[in-house]
Amino acid sequence: MATSAETGAHGAAGVAVKRRDFLYLATGAMGAVGAALAAWPLIESMNPAADVLALSSSEVDLSPIQVGQRITVKWRSQPVFIARRTPEEIGEAQKVDLEELRDPQADSARVKKPEWLVMVGICTHLGCVPLGQAPTDPRGDWHGWFCPCHGSQYDTSGRIRKGPAPANLVIPPYAFLTDTSVRIG
Amino acid sequence: MQKRLAAAAAAALALGIASTAHGADVEPQIERQHWSFYGIFGAFDRAAEQRGFEVYKDVCANCHSLNLLAYRDLEEIGLSANEVKAVAAGVEVEDGPNDQGQMFERPGKPSDRFKAPFANDAAARVANNGALPPDLSLIVKAREGGPDYVYSILTGFKEAPAGFKMAEGMNYNTAFPGHQIAMPPPLSDGVVTYTDGTKATVPQMAHDVVTFLAWAANPELETRHRVGVKTIIFLVILTGLLYAIKRKVWADVH
Amino acid sequence: MSEPAWNSPVVKWVDERLPIFTLLYHSTSGYPTPKNLNYWWNFGSLAGVMLIFMIVTGIVLAMQYQPNAALAFDSVERIMRDVNYGWLLRYLHMNGGSMFFLAVYIHIFRGLYYGSYKRPRELLWWLGIVILLLMMATAFMGYVLPWGQMSFWAATVITNLFSAVPVVGNHIVHWLWGGFAVDNATLNRFYALHYLLPFVILGVVVLHLWALHTTKSSNPLGIDAKGPQDTIPFHPYYTVKDNFGIGVFLIVYLSFVFFAPNFFGEPDNYIPANPLQTPPHIVPEWYFLPYYAILRSIPDKLLGVLATFLSLLLLFLLPWLDFSRVRSATFRPLYKKVFWLLVVDVGVLGYVGANPPEGSFLVMGRIATAYYFLHWFVLVPLIALFERPKPLPVSISQPVLGGGLAAAAAHPMEKA
Repeated sequence: MATSAETGAHGAAGVAVKRRDFLYLATGAMGAVGAALAAWPLIESMNPAADVLALSSSEVDLSPIQVGQRITVKWRSQPVFIARRTPEEIGEAQKVDLEELRDPQADSARVKKPEWLVMVGICTHLGCVPLGQAPTDPRGDWHGWFCPCHGSQYDTSGRIRKGPAPANLVIPPYAFLTDTSVRIG
Repeated sequence: MQKRLAAAAAAALALGIASTAHGADVEPQIERQHWSFYGIFGAFDRAAEQRGFEVYKDVCANCHSLNLLAYRDLEEIGLSANEVKAVAAGVEVEDGPNDQGQMFERPGKPSDRFKAPFANDAAARVANNGALPPDLSLIVKAREGGPDYVYSILTGFKEAPAGFKMAEGMNYNTAFPGHQIAMPPPLSDGVVTYTDGTKATVPQMAHDVVTFLAWAANPELETRHRVGVKTIIFLVILTGLLYAIKRKVWADVH
Repeated sequence: MSEPAWNSPVVKWVDERLPIFTLLYHSTSGYPTPKNLNYWWNFGSLAGVMLIFMIVTGIVLAMQYQPNAALAFDSVERIMRDVNYGWLLRYLHMNGGSMFFLAVYIHIFRGLYYGSYKRPRELLWWLGIVILLLMMATAFMGYVLPWGQMSFWAATVITNLFSAVPVVGNHIVHWLWGGFAVDNATLNRFYALHYLLPFVILGVVVLHLWALHTTKSSNPLGIDAKGPQDTIPFHPYYTVKDNFGIGVFLIVYLSFVFFAPNFFGEPDNYIPANPLQTPPHIVPEWYFLPYYAILRSIPDKLLGVLATFLSLLLLFLLPWLDFSRVRSATFRPLYKKVFWLLVVDVGVLGYVGANPPEGSFLVMGRIATAYYFLHWFVLVPLIALFERPKPLPVSISQPVLGGGLAAAAAHPMEKA
C-alpha cells in the first residue's frame, strides 16, 4: 500500500484528508438535517388535527340568559361557566382587598364587561367541575362556586378563597362579537 | 446481454402488472384531457375550482353527497372566511339533543361537514328509481381513469346507437362500462350561471367540476408536490454525497 | 479479529456488564465480509430499513386509526385530510409496503441466483422464508384495515380458501371471521395481529442476522473466503455502500409517495366496503399476484389452495432440490438460463393474476403454473445432477489480481 509516497506527499495527503473530512462533514450534516426533517411530520401529526382545531372556538348567544342566571357551555371538550352577575355579586367581587387572595387578581382583570363572567369550569386543584351553576347548588361562603371533591370555594369572580385549589378559575380567551353574543377561543 | 434483456422484460412485466387495465369489459371511451394538477409541478386552477364548486352546489348536490368535506375546507379553494360562513349558514343542519332532550335544526357552521341531500342510502335510492348516487368526495380516485373518466361521463351522454337495447329508465353514455347509466345527463349549456361570467358550456362545466372534485379527493396535492420536489432534490444531493464517500472509502479496494 | 479495546470508561463500564458495544463491534468493524459483493447485496439492508420505516409510520398511524367497521374508512380519510401530515404518513405506509416487498423479492432472487441457500446457509434461508410468510400475513391483514371494497372482498376471498380444508373447513373459516362473514370482529382481530406481527418479524430478522453472522456472507463467486486477503471489514466499506443504496432506494420510494402515490393501488379501495356488492374484478396487491394466478389456474378448490401454499413452501426444500455443490450461477450456465426463465415465468404469473381467469389468460396461467413446478421439482434437480459447471476461480482475491483464469485452468472444478 502507501509506503514511500508518505513523506513527499504529506502535503497532498493533508489536503486530501481535509477534503475527505469536508465530505464526511457535509454529508453528516445533510443526513442529520434530513433525519430531523423526516422526524418532524411524525411528531407534528400528534398535534391537534384540523377537525379538532375547527371546534376550538364556540360562539354563544347570550340573549336568553337572565340576570343572576348561570349557564354551562362546552368549549374544547371542557365546561365553560357563563354567569350574568347580579349587582350584588358584582359589588362583592369588586370590593375585595387583594391582600386576602391566595391568587391575587382584581375583578376588572377577569371580566371584559362586569355583568358577564366567563370562565373555565374546572377546579384548579385536581380537575373536578365545581357546583354553583344551578340555583339549588351549594355555592360556598362567598356565593360563588363550591367544589365538592375537596372543598375548594370560589367567590363571585371565580377566585379561590378557601380549600386546596392553588389558583383562580381560568379565564379562557373570548371576545364579544355583539352585546349579546360572545366567541370563546 | 441475455441476462439484461430478460431482466428488462421482467421489469416491464412487473410494471405492466401493477398498472394493468381490467380485462375484457365493454371498453369505456375515455378522452385524455389536460389537467392543471397533473405532473410533478401540478396545482389546482383556483378559478376552475371555484366555478366547479358552483356546479357542484347548484347541480350535483341535489343528489350526490360530499360527506368527507367540511365547509371550512372551502377556504383552500380561495373562499374567504366570511364567504365560507355564508355558504355554511345557507343550509340547515340537525343538532342536539337540546336541554329538553329534542333534536333541532340550526344554520350550518364552517366546522360542519357538507350536508347530504338524503338522510341515508335507502332514502337516496327511493328518490332515484332504486339507484344510489355515489358520494363524490373520492370519486376521482375511486374510478379507473380518474379525472378523465369523470369528465368523459359528464360529456358522454348521447343518443343510443341504432339497434342498442336500452333498459327501462337508463341513459346511454359512451364512457360508462356497459354504456347504460342510471343518472340522467346532469349538465346542459347554461344550466349554471357562473359568477365570474365564464360561458357555462357542458365541456366547461365538466372541466370545472372535475377540477373541483379532483381537489376534493386530493386536497393535499399542492403541498404534496411542493414538499416532494424539495425532498427529491435534497435526496439527490445527499445520495450524490453518499456516493462520493463510497468511492473514497473503496478507493483502496478497487 | 481480536477483541476491541475501549478508550471511554463509560463504554467499558457498560460493556463489562452487557457486552453490547463488543457485539456492535463484531457486527460491523469486526465483521469480515467478502470484498467482491456487488449491489445485489444491498437489498438485505434495504429490506431492514423498510421494516423500520413501516413500524414507525404504522405506530403513528395507529394513533389516529379507528379499527371499527363503521369508522375505519372515515378514520383513514380523516388521517388523509385533517391530521397534520396525515396524507404523508398514510402514503408512506401504503407505498412502503410495496417497496418492502420489492426489496425482499430482489433479495430472494439474489439468493436464488448466487446459491445463498446452500450449505452452510440452509437455516439462514429458512428464516428468510419465515420472514416472507410473516410479511405476507401482515400485508394481507393491513390491506383489510382501510375497509374499502378491495379490503373487504380480498379478505372474503382469501379467508374463504380455508373452507377447502376437508371436514372442518367451514368451522375454520367462521373461527377466522369471528362470525358468518367478514365483519367488525374480523377487522378488530386483523388490526391486533397486524400491529403484533411486525415485531415478530423483527425478532426473526434478528435470528436471520445472527445466522448470517455465524456462516458469514456469501459472495457473487460463490466460493468461500480463504483468509483476510479475501475480506474487508463490514464497517466502513459496506456501511458506506449500504448508505448510498438507501439513498437511491429512497429516491425511488419517495418519488412514488409524492408524485404517484396510488400507482400500486386499486381505485376500488376508495369505495367504502359494501358486503352486498362484489367489485367486477377482485385483485390483490401486486406482490400477491403470482400466487393468485397459481390459485386460479387449478380448477379444483382444494388442489388450488394446496398448490398456492406449496409454491411458497417448496422453497424450504431448495437446498436439497438443488444439491449442486457449485453455488453461484456465474459458473452454472444451464442453471443460469433456467433462472432467467423462472424470472420471466413469475412475471407472466403476475400478469395473469392481474387479469380475469378466462380465455387466453387462463391458458397462459396454467402453462406458467405448470412450468413453475416443473422448474423446481424437475429442472433444478436434473441440472444439479447433470450440469457441468464452469471452472471455479482459485479464490476471491485472485480474479481481482488478474491471475484468475490461468490459475483456474490449473485447478479445474475447485470445490467451493
